[in-house]
Amino acid sequence: MNEVDFLLWVKGSAFNIALFIFVAGLVLRLFEILSLGRKVNYAVPKGDPMQGGLREIFRRFGTDKATFQRSMITIVAGYVFHIGLFVVIFLLAAHVEVFKSVLGFGWPNLSTPVVDAFAVVTMIALVVVLIHRLQHPVKRFLSSPGDYVAWAVTFVPLLTGYMAYHHLLLSPQMMLGLHILSVEVLLIVFPFTKLMHTFTVFLSRWYNGASMGLRGVKS
Amino acid sequence: MSTLTLERGINAFKAQIDAPMASFFSSCVSCGMCAEACLFYTENPDPRHTPIYKLEPLRRVWEQEYTLIGKLKAKLGLSKPVTDAELAEWQELVYNNCSLCGRCTLICPVGNDITYMIRRMREGMVASGHAPEGLIGASTRAVNIGSPMGVKLPALQAQVRHLEKSSGLEVPFDKEGAEYLLMLSSMEIMNYPEYLGAVAKILTNAGKTWTLSSECFEATNSGIQIGSSDIARELVSRVVAAAEKLKVKTVISPECGHAYTALRWEGPNLIGRPYTFAAKHIVEVLDELRAEGLLQTEGFEESKLTFHDPCQLVRRGGVVEQPRNLLNMVAKNFVEMADHGTLNWCCGAGGGVSANEDAEEVKLKAFQRKKKQLDELHVDTLVTACANCRIQLEEGMEVNQMDIPVLGLTEMIAEHLVERKGGAA
Repeated sequence: MNEVDFLLWVKGSAFNIALFIFVAGLVLRLFEILSLGRKVNYAVPKGDPMQGGLREIFRRFGTDKATFQRSMITIVAGYVFHIGLFVVIFLLAAHVEVFKSVLGFGWPNLSTPVVDAFAVVTMIALVVVLIHRLQHPVKRFLSSPGDYVAWAVTFVPLLTGYMAYHHLLLSPQMMLGLHILSVEVLLIVFPFTKLMHTFTVFLSRWYNGASMGLRGVKS
Repeated sequence: MSTLTLERGINAFKAQIDAPMASFFSSCVSCGMCAEACLFYTENPDPRHTPIYKLEPLRRVWEQEYTLIGKLKAKLGLSKPVTDAELAEWQELVYNNCSLCGRCTLICPVGNDITYMIRRMREGMVASGHAPEGLIGASTRAVNIGSPMGVKLPALQAQVRHLEKSSGLEVPFDKEGAEYLLMLSSMEIMNYPEYLGAVAKILTNAGKTWTLSSECFEATNSGIQIGSSDIARELVSRVVAAAEKLKVKTVISPECGHAYTALRWEGPNLIGRPYTFAAKHIVEVLDELRAEGLLQTEGFEESKLTFHDPCQLVRRGGVVEQPRNLLNMVAKNFVEMADHGTLNWCCGAGGGVSANEDAEEVKLKAFQRKKKQLDELHVDTLVTACANCRIQLEEGMEVNQMDIPVLGLTEMIAEHLVERKGGAA
């Protein structure tokens, strides 16, 4: 397989397979969760579960001052890389084109040098969270191989994308092929790793918030 | 009781797992922030004390039983089943090092209700025979005698006679059709009898009808603490039976945190139907009386005081404003701790920790968090609304040579009560 064939393959059948596994995996995982159901609650509510659920979905984007001080690196680096990932994934012109071809519609993009800067900051933040994970006694203790896999499959697409754009190490074509391949790996493992929190975070915050709302707990 | 085995424990785990739990386990990113929210970690920083880690056996059962990947891994021999030895090891984490205070649940950035899961996990710990002796003893006494501390009706009757004699108040038993059924905790009967006197004075003065039940006076629920729905159901059913027999409108949960959780939130689900009466914490009732103008006070506490929020009231019960409304009636120098209300730190002995002898040392370590909060304030008095918090706070201060008296909110209000015309007092 030469470079051109490789690029055609990752852009073609490999991409379709990865996308299929990603979507099917998401559906399966959400079904696995939701089909477990939950029991009826007979306690007379003090407040509205729906309101509580919605409130917690938004409130947990922030934190109280003391918690912020205790977990500053986790929160700041976490915020930086999440925002960075959002910008890089959804606002790079080339990516918007990909979404357009898959979804049938697109949206405005940022200029590529701006997104490039975001990519650099995001990679730095990811390195910080990795070092923090390896050094912090609790994080290191809690971390399973899955945590490091999730980190790697997130980091490699950023790195290869950056290198392809800047024509580093390999030919841009080859690097682009590797970049797309790494995204495909990301898509395939996504539903089966902690990356799934991208979706379940809203579910979890809602369940917890609904319980708080029912009990009249206002945080 | 049939034999407690690993198999029964695992089956109990499986029976507890629901959609919220599956979502919580799927959402955890191992960020470790729950450790920083937990006083059993901050005051005793062993990474094993991280709240989400306390659930690891339950998480593995969920993964192996309820996810495709987990099932595949199990088939290929890539995951190890939960063992009896592991559950034995986890007993210390799930009971001694967790007071079900709910602070991790409040702080978790992805929104995981870790406390809910630990409460559920304890069901499997009981079924597999890995609950602490102290809690087994308390639960057995609660079921057989009617009180986790072994307090019997004659002890309460003696208290009541003494109270009636010294105060001239009538303390009725089994008065059908009364508005309120007053429940107590054994801790109040044995250690803080002034609570009953205070409530009797306030309710009578407000012109309310109220009663005790000779069939059931204990509101605390060891079944909730040990994590046995069977025991919890039996205990809450007694309260429900007494309340329905006497046809009361409202059952008053005492100055106790978990009794409120047991009666207000878990009770209806344990018996599988809504109550025919309302269940309220005494602080909620007092605040309602205040709002209706039936609770008036005079004079103010001179000392600088602060309020310790019982976890089950604030984070698990939404009772935050009421104690403050009441305190402000009688205190001019009321100051708040840095973290208060829903963010308050646990006393260190809730959720069954106080009944668990294995946790004696750990709970005093956990108290250091409260000590730090109090050291910042330099208060003369600490007020709370939970007899279990109160005994832990008193013990913690004794050990740490802190000279701060701890008072129950209800008795403080009663001391300032203004006699109402029309009230019977």
